Amino acid sequence: MAKISVDGVEYEVNPANNLLQECLSQGLDLPYFCWHPCMGSVGACRQCAVKQYRNADDKTGTVVMACMTPASDGSIISINDKQATDFRSHVIESLMISHPHDCPVCEEGGECHLQDMTQMSGHNYRRYDFKKVTHRNQDLGPFINHEMNRCIACYRCVRFYDDYAGGTDLAALGSHHHVYFGRHEEGTLENEFSGNLVEVCPTGVFTDKTFSAHYTRKWDLQTAPSVCAGCGAGCNTTPGERYGTLRRIVNRYHHDLNGYFLCDRGRFGYDANNSTQRVVETLFRHLQGEDGEVRKALTSTEAARQLDAMSSGELIGIGSPRASLESNMALRQRVGTQNFFSGMSDAQLSCATEVIALLQEPGLNCPDIRTLEQSDCVLVVNEDITNTSARMALALRQATRNAATAMAQSARIPLWQDAAVRELAQHSRSPLIILSPQGTRLDDVASDTFLGTVEQQIALVEGITYAIDADCPASTSSFNFDAQAASIAKQLCAATRPCIVSGISAESIELIRATGNLARALREYRHRQSEVKLSVDLCFAMPEANTMGLALLMREGGGSLSSALSILGKGAADAAIVLENDLYRRAATEAIDAALAGNTPMIAIDQLHNGFNAKAHLLLPAASMAEQGGTWVNYEGRAQHSYQVFQPEGKIRASYEWLVPSNPVSGPTVHGDTLLEELAAESANFAPLLELLSSRTGIAALMKSPRQSHRYSGRTAMHANEHVHETKQAQDPHSPLSFSMEGMLLQKDASLMSAAWAPAWNSNQAISKFQEEINGELKQGNKGVHLLARDGAQRPYSKVEYVAEEGIAKYFIDQLFGSEEISAASPAIQARAVPAYACISHELAQSLGVQQHGLLRLSTNRYSVELPVLIRDRIAAQCVGIYCGSDVSRADLTGKLSVAAVAQDSNVLASSRAMFSSLVINDTLPREG
Amino acid sequence: MLRLIKDTLTTQVVTLWRVFVHAFAKTDTVEYPDVQPQMAARWRGRIILSRDPDGEERCVACNLCAVACPVDCIALQKAEDDEGRWYPEFFRINFSRCIMCGFCEEACPTNAIQLTPDFEMAEYVRQDMVWEKEDLLINGTGKYHDYNFYRVAGKKIGGKDKGEAINEAPPVNVRSLLP
Repeated sequence: MAKISVDGVEYEVNPANNLLQECLSQGLDLPYFCWHPCMGSVGACRQCAVKQYRNADDKTGTVVMACMTPASDGSIISINDKQATDFRSHVIESLMISHPHDCPVCEEGGECHLQDMTQMSGHNYRRYDFKKVTHRNQDLGPFINHEMNRCIACYRCVRFYDDYAGGTDLAALGSHHHVYFGRHEEGTLENEFSGNLVEVCPTGVFTDKTFSAHYTRKWDLQTAPSVCAGCGAGCNTTPGERYGTLRRIVNRYHHDLNGYFLCDRGRFGYDANNSTQRVVETLFRHLQGEDGEVRKALTSTEAARQLDAMSSGELIGIGSPRASLESNMALRQRVGTQNFFSGMSDAQLSCATEVIALLQEPGLNCPDIRTLEQSDCVLVVNEDITNTSARMALALRQATRNAATAMAQSARIPLWQDAAVRELAQHSRSPLIILSPQGTRLDDVASDTFLGTVEQQIALVEGITYAIDADCPASTSSFNFDAQAASIAKQLCAATRPCIVSGISAESIELIRATGNLARALREYRHRQSEVKLSVDLCFAMPEANTMGLALLMREGGGSLSSALSILGKGAADAAIVLENDLYRRAATEAIDAALAGNTPMIAIDQLHNGFNAKAHLLLPAASMAEQGGTWVNYEGRAQHSYQVFQPEGKIRASYEWLVPSNPVSGPTVHGDTLLEELAAESANFAPLLELLSSRTGIAALMKSPRQSHRYSGRTAMHANEHVHETKQAQDPHSPLSFSMEGMLLQKDASLMSAAWAPAWNSNQAISKFQEEINGELKQGNKGVHLLARDGAQRPYSKVEYVAEEGIAKYFIDQLFGSEEISAASPAIQARAVPAYACISHELAQSLGVQQHGLLRLSTNRYSVELPVLIRDRIAAQCVGIYCGSDVSRADLTGKLSVAAVAQDSNVLASSRAMFSSLVINDTLPREG
Repeated sequence: MLRLIKDTLTTQVVTLWRVFVHAFAKTDTVEYPDVQPQMAARWRGRIILSRDPDGEERCVACNLCAVACPVDCIALQKAEDDEGRWYPEFFRINFSRCIMCGFCEEACPTNAIQLTPDFEMAEYVRQDMVWEKEDLLINGTGKYHDYNFYRVAGKKIGGKDKGEAINEAPPVNVRSLLP
């Protein structure tokens, strides 16, 4: 700790940081633009000038840039010194000389860092009379609007997009006052994190295009703390609502998880909420009716009564990995544990169960996303992490910078000196080893890549395990990659914080077992090396928001999906309730159709219309993530609560509200909290959930926190067209938030922080006022509770019995835009998504006689489909990659697969070429290290 | 005692005289509505939305009037035409809540919303005091004749390209290396 004096007041600060960061950590207001807590300083904007004095006798001092000056012990500075404040006001005046006077028509207005800093620096009136520089804009695709006139050339966009997120298609172009931030030509910004430009840009150059289409000022949005439904990473978000529709999602800082950044699926997938595919009616058709009979709408009361009538007798329930714990719990209570079945495919459930067992072993530590960034050697096994859990991929990209960190530390360069650290490191990176069937989007920073089928990868992983611990069970595989295995093993053993990252998207339990064995071998090696029992970081990406939650719930009892389908097929149940699930995505079409042929009364509860719930006898509309409160368990077993942002209109209800006993007048009689309490009481595994609840007692129970900002406008006019008398504010007796402006504005608990706002800080950068220190934990933050106790028994090596696949080897591709069911209904995501396709290598294409973008027929013994083909440079030989999208069921293509070329005309070729042009893949080899 | 009687009588007589004289004074009562009062131009009465000198809607749906409104009686939604011009999709004022404070007019960056000297807004049905954009928008510039926000702002709209606003240089050619 060092002591510095700011305007005569002494502060204890961390000397490893710069003055700007430490001043902000102390809650002082000092304007800045180019500095970012995650990206360090470059000293480009000159806005954070302060006066520094040499010693107590020095009365003159010198003006220095706070972001470029270390907070060394004994520093004496002044923020309020006349010369420093004059300097800052002149700097902002010069930054503003070409600013286009369009705040009223700028989407950033009202949450603009430039507006805040201009106010703070005291620049009010324009004195510059000469012409303003203007720029032409570019069309940057469906996500981002470009308005280059507003730029103040702080370089934050390219530093985030290129340096931090690894993008290649945004650059600083031109020179002097022609400097231009854009693409070399118009086109979609390809990087998966482009949406963060909206928050990174301190002004309105990059704004959210989907938000602009139904624009609302920040102060008019009703917001609540929420969790992203896009994948199993559990990033924290702030969705905003106005006039009954969801308007946007922005990042909500979580120290351990997403930090300051979200992926584009999480940010732009929200629009599915407003999609025409939404189920808004309760639809019913009689059991005896014809298949083609149109379902008729019921009132909510009729629907609840119908549900009760249908669900008498022997009832079975099928859960969902994209429904909240509460909803799954309510279903389980309604049908009984023995009649509760997992909504995941059987393979997925067994994989997730195996992952849970692994993560509970002592010495195997499941890292949160921030810890991932600290790994100095990462091995990615099979998972295309950028497309399944993108925020984790961004963390892995940062992990490769740990070599640079180490170099900077030995050269005594402070880490916040971003440009200097990058200059010193050049292309030195920490090892990132990627095993994958095809080139991935992380390949550009990978130190080593291995292209192979799942079987080959298992062989390699077993080889690495053997190289670390020769006592491990021998591999049964016919492949041998000993040389590569030895080199990877050496790197893993040499690392101080090695990390193994995989996932369950391959649905191969053998792969997970092999990966687990490798982690065990590495753990034993590290235990031998050191007195302190060093752990090994091991994590598995989860595809859906509550995959982990459901898998944990299934541990308590219940059956697999296939057993549910066979019960249905036999007609052995009197009715079935299917919770938020398109079963055609979970099992083979044949199996589902056979189950439906049992003609069991089928009750579906879902958000979007899909192929399965179209056949349900009773379809009930379910609330989306933003429309309900719920608890979600992420890939590390962290349960987090998301709060209801707004009450959905019409008949939409949270799934559990349909399932719990209901009163015709007052509605559902059991609240979500009660369900969680019962779950925690029933099972020791879920007991920590009570901690999530306890945050809602105490002061939170006495005074509510507002969902609306203190300047929420239009309350007496919003609904005046319907009825001039204002209706009573919606009540929310069970949560610590209120649907109004009333309540405690100051945040008592950062996990209840609806939107970051502090006096004079209207943009999301206000978050620094709620952190213990910059980049640190949120004050009084509730970070969620861990449901996976690390106290399982140490298990011996698992036996990997890999049965070689019949027919041609295949793997399934995930796409960030399209693979997740709900976000795929968002128009902006749809604009980036591609239909189903297949991928093969040049050699295979040649032997099959199929040309680039031609058609390939994939057939199993019961199913056949023709898909456009993409011939890739970087793909494992003799195997086919299949992206299913929403058109093809993955389960249909399991089993022995054969492929053949299909003759096609030029029209088909042209249309599939157009389709592939929007696909972003990485087929270049890693840059030379 | 005598003095008291005298004073009392005198004041009563004077009062009676004054009342009598007042019977012949010019009447103060205005025969409204037969006689219309002359309102000052700056009077804060019925709110209108004006058009710019080119005849286009001035309101750009920036929401500043709504947020300035102390009784929150303005609600609107932004929309954008094909060429980038912002306008309100709907614009609603609940006059049964309006207190005619004029903050909306002061907040308006485009001079779109203006208060007029008209105060005759009473209705028998309260619902009729909710005015939509169609009711508010007039075909003129109102009190401020010359101001056209989009001529000053740098955003490109139909009929005004980049660099064509007041005090703007033509768009730079990024590929040029000239100083």
